[in-house]
Amino acid sequence: MTDWLGPNEWTALLLSLKVAFWATVFSLPVGFVVAYALARGQFFGRGALNVLVHLPLVMPPVVTGYLLLLGFGRTGPLGAVFEDLFGLIFAFRWTGAALAAAIMGFPLMVRAMRLSIEAVDAGLEEAATTLGASRLRILRTITVPLAWPGILAGAVLGFAKGMGEFGATVTFVSNIPGQTQTLALSIDTLLEIPGGEPLALRLAIVSIAIAAVALILSEMLAQRVTNRRTG
Amino acid sequence: MLQVRILKSFGDFTLDAAFDAPAGITAIFGPSGSGKTSVIRAVAGLLACETANVVLSGTSLDRTAPNKRKIGYVFQDARLFPNMNVLKNLRYGGTHDEDAVIAVLGLSDLLDRFPASLSGGEKQRVSLGRALMSAPEMLLLDEPLSALDGPRKAEVLPYLEALRDQTDIPILYVSHDMSEVARLARHIVVLDQGKVVLAGPLEDILADPAAVPFLGAQDTGSVLTGRVVGHSDDGLTKIETGAGPLWVPGPVGRSGGYLRVRIPAQDVILSRSAPVGMSALNVLSVTITALERGGQAGVIVTLKAGNDRLLARITKRSCDALNLVEGMQVFAILKATAIAPDDVV
Repeated sequence: MTDWLGPNEWTALLLSLKVAFWATVFSLPVGFVVAYALARGQFFGRGALNVLVHLPLVMPPVVTGYLLLLGFGRTGPLGAVFEDLFGLIFAFRWTGAALAAAIMGFPLMVRAMRLSIEAVDAGLEEAATTLGASRLRILRTITVPLAWPGILAGAVLGFAKGMGEFGATVTFVSNIPGQTQTLALSIDTLLEIPGGEPLALRLAIVSIAIAAVALILSEMLAQRVTNRRTG
Repeated sequence: MLQVRILKSFGDFTLDAAFDAPAGITAIFGPSGSGKTSVIRAVAGLLACETANVVLSGTSLDRTAPNKRKIGYVFQDARLFPNMNVLKNLRYGGTHDEDAVIAVLGLSDLLDRFPASLSGGEKQRVSLGRALMSAPEMLLLDEPLSALDGPRKAEVLPYLEALRDQTDIPILYVSHDMSEVARLARHIVVLDQGKVVLAGPLEDILADPAAVPFLGAQDTGSVLTGRVVGHSDDGLTKIETGAGPLWVPGPVGRSGGYLRVRIPAQDVILSRSAPVGMSALNVLSVTITALERGGQAGVIVTLKAGNDRLLARITKRSCDALNLVEGMQVFAILKATAIAPDDVV
């Protein structure tokens, strides 16, 4: 079974899982805050925030990657800050791939979470207020538990997007085997070397399977939200 | 005592309401769109207003956040938390008087159930219990019965009555149903297009001819409080009121207890001579104190009966035929219904 894929491909698969996992872990809390703000907030710049969040979905991935390179490269303003404060380097490292995956998956994640938060009856939050609950307690006991399937669905979508991200990743952190060569980048490389096509096909099957499972999972979770609303 | 002063503009509609609510139930009455719900949302601090002065027992709540106001709010649609069972819903705001609340509202068999499996009446009882267990200093009830059908209404009403009789905090009760209001409330605030048009003790307002345009001919009428003096073998109850003795259908109340009797203005018939050979049981000798010709065919006649005031709504034609004038002695033939035991008197 293990020789169905070569060692490089296994490395790429595991790297992809690692990249997508950390991208999801770090963007989930940020994504929830943004989704909550968009769903419930009444503040100046809400429209602008909405556009900003959705930009990576519609911009050419190469542009996103290039902007990341400008901002988070070792000489970029943000890259320098992260290196000084946390010793975290993004440029040409797997961490950079994770950052690119997080940014590209962010709109999908926020969208799913926002819809599920909006589906929570604001009247329930109001009722909790009259019972003396603070905002934080309402969030913890009402909003998050009721929006939970949607939050999970958002995480699954973000993860799946992270698994397959190509354009922004290759532009930002290049294609370095063992370091930044994720599943999608590996397929791209295999297609360019003679005789690499069968392996590329196997990797493609793996990535399709992962994407399909993620989609089915997120659909099932979204369905639970709808059921709760109508039931 | 709860003092309320609210000013809020919604586009071309302005809510400008000020009233006092003593302990006990104060009904906020008015047609839909008159701003009733907005009033109690403002009292709860849920509605941002230009002005919303709320003073409870001398303490201003203006700067108190909604979650610190110690209000018990029962919404029209119950708003139980679907992710918690009944017990967790009840305890969400506190566990004040838990055993008593569960017993009084008959909730002990529901505690493990989830809101999705409750009937409308059960949901409203849980919602009421949840509000009470948060140890509120005032209660705001927003048409708690309007989403319920007749039998469910009858199921929840006694609990509301028990609540009224057992607490001494101000209760604002929003409703557009006069039979509910007459049964429960002791004070009434009538809203029309965002303004308070009438406010005061229920008996005074309902028997006020000036209230007719706002309450409508159907809902105008007197509410008298009387003492039960006896039950007859054929199923009637005799009640001694300030206006005289009245027979009401059904064995209601207990001897010596107090009851409220409602006499809708349109159920009062006037006669210049003492009627004979009639099926009506209640005939009172009354004096006409005012005649008010309404816009349509009706005339509202204010009557003094003993120490109480009655209203009768008759047609202009009858008024002219009988040559009714102020100060005249006439007989009022009426149908009375006991509406609620009133143990607080």
